[in-house]
Amino acid sequence: MATVLDLVQGQKGTIREFSQHVLPIKLLELGCLPGNILELVQIAPLKDPIYINLNGNHIAIRRSLACLIELDIAVETQAP
Amino acid sequence: MSESINVALIGNPNTGKSSIFNQLTGLNQKVGNYPGITVEKKEGYCKLPGGKRAKLLDLPGIYSLSTTSMDERLVTELLLDKKNKNHPDLAVVITEVENLKRNLYLFTQIKDLGIPTILLINMADRMSRKGISLDIGALEKKLGTKIVLASSRKGQGLERLKELMAEGTAHCAAPFLDIHRISPDYFGALKKEFPGEDPYRLWLAASQDATFQGVDYQKLEALESRFIKSGEELKKLQHRETVLRYQGINDTLKGTYSIDLEKAHGARASIDKILTHKVFGYLIFFAILLLIFQAIFEWSSYPMDFIDGQFAQASAWIKDNFPAGVFTDLLAEGIVAGIGGIVIFIPQIAFLFLFISLLEESGYMSRVVFLMDRLMRPFGLSGKSVVPLISGNACAIPAIMATRTIENWKERLITILVTPFTTCSARLPVYLILIALVIPEEGSILGFSYQALTLLGLYLLGTGAALISAKILDKLLKLKGRTVFMLEMPAYRMPLLKNVGYTVWDKTKSFVLGAGKIILAISIVLWFLGSHGSSDDFDRAEEIVTQRIGEQGFGANSKILMEQRLEALKEDAQTQGLSQGQIMDSLPHWNAALTDNAMAQEIAGHKLEYSYIGQAGRAIEPLVRPLGYDWKIGIALITSFAAREVFVGTLATIYSVGSEDEEPIKQRMANDRNQAGEPLFTLATGVSLMLFYAFAMQCMSTLAIVQRETNSWKWPLLQFVFMTILAYIAAFAAYQILS
Repeated sequence: MATVLDLVQGQKGTIREFSQHVLPIKLLELGCLPGNILELVQIAPLKDPIYINLNGNHIAIRRSLACLIELDIAVETQAP
Repeated sequence: MSESINVALIGNPNTGKSSIFNQLTGLNQKVGNYPGITVEKKEGYCKLPGGKRAKLLDLPGIYSLSTTSMDERLVTELLLDKKNKNHPDLAVVITEVENLKRNLYLFTQIKDLGIPTILLINMADRMSRKGISLDIGALEKKLGTKIVLASSRKGQGLERLKELMAEGTAHCAAPFLDIHRISPDYFGALKKEFPGEDPYRLWLAASQDATFQGVDYQKLEALESRFIKSGEELKKLQHRETVLRYQGINDTLKGTYSIDLEKAHGARASIDKILTHKVFGYLIFFAILLLIFQAIFEWSSYPMDFIDGQFAQASAWIKDNFPAGVFTDLLAEGIVAGIGGIVIFIPQIAFLFLFISLLEESGYMSRVVFLMDRLMRPFGLSGKSVVPLISGNACAIPAIMATRTIENWKERLITILVTPFTTCSARLPVYLILIALVIPEEGSILGFSYQALTLLGLYLLGTGAALISAKILDKLLKLKGRTVFMLEMPAYRMPLLKNVGYTVWDKTKSFVLGAGKIILAISIVLWFLGSHGSSDDFDRAEEIVTQRIGEQGFGANSKILMEQRLEALKEDAQTQGLSQGQIMDSLPHWNAALTDNAMAQEIAGHKLEYSYIGQAGRAIEPLVRPLGYDWKIGIALITSFAAREVFVGTLATIYSVGSEDEEPIKQRMANDRNQAGEPLFTLATGVSLMLFYAFAMQCMSTLAIVQRETNSWKWPLLQFVFMTILAYIAAFAAYQILS
């Protein structure tokens, strides 16, 4: 199952329907809901935290949280 | 008395809420990009059209009413407690045009609490640049609220806001969401059991980890246990609420709000690529830190020298022109010297807060958190502790207050406990004077002088002590804490010079009026204790010293001083073009003056030694002698427990008591000799003192703030004991090794 950690920089994915209640309510409130788009903006120099654009919200989260967010990764976003 | 209504400003962080508060009330307040910079509850008054008045409350920036942080708990508890005197009659929810969707989430929650609400959409000046279009009329209808389009940067829309505020509680208070849709069974039962109560209010009381006044908890919990069997189930309901809210918001925004994603992307991504780059990111951060230290140490020395000279002149002028007596002494040696000791540090404080507020205003501070998070984690901290720790380099008091944004209590407590190790501005005066005394002025490495490098070393030492203590506390403290790290990366903004100016002014003012009051009061008390005594030795000082000098000659201290001064006089004469013969003629005259002067100083020294303060200083001397200190430093240590910077003021008072010229204090310290005739401030003593000040908890104000923020005396007392013991051991080791 693909998660945020499988994205490369600049790549986008669509958040899947999954057991969202494993995520903290704060993240849901920032738009981490099924169907929304998530873009990986940047990974911190020491690999952690991870900077994402979640439904227009620019936030940084840790790997431990990012690996819980399941995505459908759109292949065409990698095209030039 | 005009009619007054309570208005609360509520909004997400980084929406310009504090800017709007400032403009409405005219009260100065810090505005920053770092999430949650508005930590304190801020109040102010604002005149409204029609002779009414609003009492404005600027609430901390929060994302939602879920109480995971202290800020959120504070806001949610206030909004639920209708009996609280600050409970708003009217809420102004402040949103930002670029992040409207997310900002509206909080708005819908406020609306559901049944509080009359106005929606303010800020940063309207960015709309065309970001390709945003808005249909205000349609949006007002759909949301059932009055909307103000504003720009706090340009001061637009505020008159309209005031007009709307004047309408008071007439604003629509209808809820946004039909709360029963979350769980018809549960909410139906709630309505039946608690008739007349607002169901959303009950739901928050049941689902949030906070104490809400006036709710019958027993009844509520009994009901909850019937419908919600587990924590997981509760979360599912919260999840459902979130989904429903966003559905509602999306429906509302459809056709009323559009944003051109291409234009909206903007410069943030490209700037972030550089500022959070694995090499350049850290290099830039380190360069900024170095620049700050260079500014504090080098640039501020010019105004400081000027201030130093002016106060020395003023003190001398008073002594020359006022009738001799106790009052003149008090004025020249207690008050003027004490004020001088405060004013001199204004340049450094201003420079430091200038940089800190620029970093916060621009949005860069969040990038620092992003870069540093991984580095902080081994110490049991997160990147969120970086900002308090860096702010601690200015003053531990606002820094400890800034820890309120750390959701995790354990992390927050650790940050509070270790922040006083960081090099606050009150340590600077102590460090600067000691560095100037014992570290050579000449010599440099890579263009940075030994003195600047020593200061940098002390900063690193403070940071190191904070981090290592954090690690120890992380192991020792048995507190559970689930960390959810979430950090907003706000868009970069050109800092508003007005806001930066306010910050610098506020901080300087609070130092001068806050810490300054203590410094001045202690300076005066010290002057009194230092110039009065009750023993026979004190009363007959003149007689005793004259007799001693008649029998044994001058002390080593005085002899060196006299020689130095004679050399200085000769050099002066030569540069003025006097001939060798003229100088020889002047010698007896000079010698007589110097002898008189030395006699007066020895008497003053004797008097001080037997004054009230000398007695106290000598009482602790056995305790501090192993650290390389004498009774004078002992006195300064005692007084420093009120505030560190008092050390310098104390020495200034001690050395100027009874003396006749106003030499700068540095020279006095350099000329001081111990009983063996060696300089008192050697490298060993200087380093020992610097280490003592680096580690010791010598600030009553910090202890008071820790007490307030932890709501217990246990933590500040532990902190005090731990830091003092550590300071003693470090100073002892340094002195014994170096001497």
